[in-house]
Amino acid sequence: MAASAARPSFMFREHSVVPGFGLAFGFTLAYLGIIVLVPLAALALRGAGLGLSDFLALASDRRVVSALTLSFTTSLIAAAINAVFGVLIAWVLVRYRFPGRRLIDAVIDLPFALPTAVAGIALTALYAPNGWVGSLFAPGGALAPLFGDAGLRIAYSPIGIVVALTFVSLPFVVRTVQPVLEDLDIELEQAAATLGAGRLQTVTRVVLPAVLPAILTGFALALARSVGEYGSVIFIAGNIPYVSEIAPLLIVIRLEEFNYAGATAVAVLMLMISFTMLLVINLIQAWSRRRHGHGA
Amino acid sequence: MMAPASAQALLNVSYDPTRELYREFNAAFDTHWQAQGNDRVTVRMSHGGSGAQARTVIDGLDADVVTLALEADINAIAENTGKIPENWRTLLPSNSAPYTSTIVFLVRKGNPKAINDWGDLTKEGVQVITPNPKTSGGARWNYLAAWAWANREYGGDLDRVRDYVGQVYRHVPVLDTGARGSTTTFVQRGIGDVLLAWENEAFLALEELGPDQFDIVVPSISILAEPPVALVPGNSDAKGTTEVAQAYLEYLYSPEGQTIAARHFYRPSEPETVTDASLLERFPDLELVTIDDDQFGGWARAQPEHFGDGGIFDQIYQPAN
Repeated sequence: MAASAARPSFMFREHSVVPGFGLAFGFTLAYLGIIVLVPLAALALRGAGLGLSDFLALASDRRVVSALTLSFTTSLIAAAINAVFGVLIAWVLVRYRFPGRRLIDAVIDLPFALPTAVAGIALTALYAPNGWVGSLFAPGGALAPLFGDAGLRIAYSPIGIVVALTFVSLPFVVRTVQPVLEDLDIELEQAAATLGAGRLQTVTRVVLPAVLPAILTGFALALARSVGEYGSVIFIAGNIPYVSEIAPLLIVIRLEEFNYAGATAVAVLMLMISFTMLLVINLIQAWSRRRHGHGA
Repeated sequence: MMAPASAQALLNVSYDPTRELYREFNAAFDTHWQAQGNDRVTVRMSHGGSGAQARTVIDGLDADVVTLALEADINAIAENTGKIPENWRTLLPSNSAPYTSTIVFLVRKGNPKAINDWGDLTKEGVQVITPNPKTSGGARWNYLAAWAWANREYGGDLDRVRDYVGQVYRHVPVLDTGARGSTTTFVQRGIGDVLLAWENEAFLALEELGPDQFDIVVPSISILAEPPVALVPGNSDAKGTTEVAQAYLEYLYSPEGQTIAARHFYRPSEPETVTDASLLERFPDLELVTIDDDQFGGWARAQPEHFGDGGIFDQIYQPAN
C-alpha cells in the first residue's frame, strides 16, 4: 500500500482495535511519566543537591561499597539459584500431571502476597541456630560436622540473606518461564529424538534456546526484586556493618540521621548499578533472540 | 443545650514500647477531662520507631503532641518545621520528661556467664545483644550508658573509653534495627548471653515470658533515659486543640498519670505523688548519669558527635585496615 509506505517508520502497526495511536501513545507516556519517571527524577534531584565531589566521596566510602557489594552479590546468587530451580519447578508444573498440581501452582505466588517482614520473621525462626533447620547446621547438629567445628551459620550471616532473597524472588522465574514452556511443542523434542539426538542434546539444542530469553527475563526480574528487598532481609541478616549490612539498610540509617541527601546518594548509586545490569541483561536477551531466531 | 456533636480528637505520635502505657493513660485522661465538664476526647495513637515517627511529623503528619524516645528527635521536628518552639524542654516540669527509665541487663536464668557489670560484657565468649544506635533511639541510650561506665572506670581516658565501647560492639553477633527486634533475638531465638534493655522493656519481658527463664541484672552505673513529651502548637493551633492537648500532657504529671507510668514499669519523675507506693519498690537504686552531664554535653552535642555520619559509632565500626 502506498499510503502505509509514506507513514513514519515508528508507527509499526497499521491496524489496531484500540483507536488512535496518538491518544494511546500519549497516555502511555503520561502514565509512565507520573508513576515512574517523576518520582525517579525527584530522587535524582535530591541527590543532585549533594554536589559531585560529595557524591563521589560517598560512593567510595568503604561502608557504602561493602553494603552495595553485599547487596548485589547476594542478589546475583539468589537470582542464579532461582534461574536453575525456578526452571525446574516450571518444567514439572508444565510437563507432568499429578495430584495437587494446582495447589502447588498457587503456592508459587505466595511470596508475592506475603508482607516481606512476615517472611523474614518466619525464615529467621526456621534458620536461627535454635530453629528447625538452623539447629541441624549449628554446632552439635546432624549436618554440622560437614562444615567443621563451628558448623554452618545460616541466619545472621550472608547465607541467610541469600535464603531470604531466594524466597522472595522465586515467583519471577517460574512465572516468566512457565508460559513459554507451555507453548513449546513436545513434538519438537520427539522430532529431535527421531533424528538421533540424545537427551542432553535435545535439552541444550532444542529446549534451552527456546526458553533462554524467558529465563533471562525471570533472572533480571528476580535480581531487581532482590536488590531492593529490605523487609525480609533485616530480620535474618544480623546487620553487622561490613559483614551483613545491605545497602537498603544503609539508606534507612541515613534517613534516621535526618540525612536525606546521603540517603538519596546511596539510592541513586543503587539505581545506576541496577539500571546498568538490567540493560546488559536486555542486550544479552536481544542477542540470544537473534542468535536462536526465537521471539521477535 | 446540646453539646457539640463532634468530640475532640487528639493525635499522639509516640514510639513503640509505649503502646500499653498510653492505652491506659488515654482512657484515664478522657474520664478526667469529662469530669471537668468538657466533651469527651478521643486520642488517636501512632507508634513506630522514634526517629521514623519524628520524620512523619516533619513530613506533615498533624500530631497534636509527640511523646518520643529521644530529645534529639523532638529537636529535629522543631528545627525542620518550626511547629515546636525551640525552648520546648522548659515548658513542662522535669525537662519535659514525665517518666524516665534506665538501661539494665537481661541475662539467662542463673546468670551462667556471671555478667554483673559493664566490664563483663567484653569478657571472652560473651555475646551481647543490642540494636543498632543508628536506627534505634533506645540503642543510643545503651551505647551512652556503656560509655558512662567506661568514662568512670578509665578516669576519662577517651582512647580507652572508645576502645571499650568498640569492644562491646565486637561482641554483638546480631545488630537489630529496633529494641523489640533485639528482645526477640535474645528471647525467642536464644542468641546471646546478655540483652541491653530499657528497664521497662526488661520488666515487661520478664512478666510476659515468665521469671523462670531470665534474670534482670542492675549494673553499678547507668544512664537516666528521659523520653520527652512536647506539644506541637504549629498543628494544634490550626486544629483548635491546643487547650486539650496541653491538659493531656500536664495530666501525665498528675498522681494518676504518674501511677500509670509506674504501673507500666517507667520510673515516675515525681515519685512522691504515686498513689500506690508499692509500685516504686521494683525500681532499684543505682548511680544514674544524665545526658546533660559534661561528658555528653546534652543531645545537641552528643547526637552528632557519637551518632552522626562519621561520628564515633561509625569510627568504631571502621575496620582497622
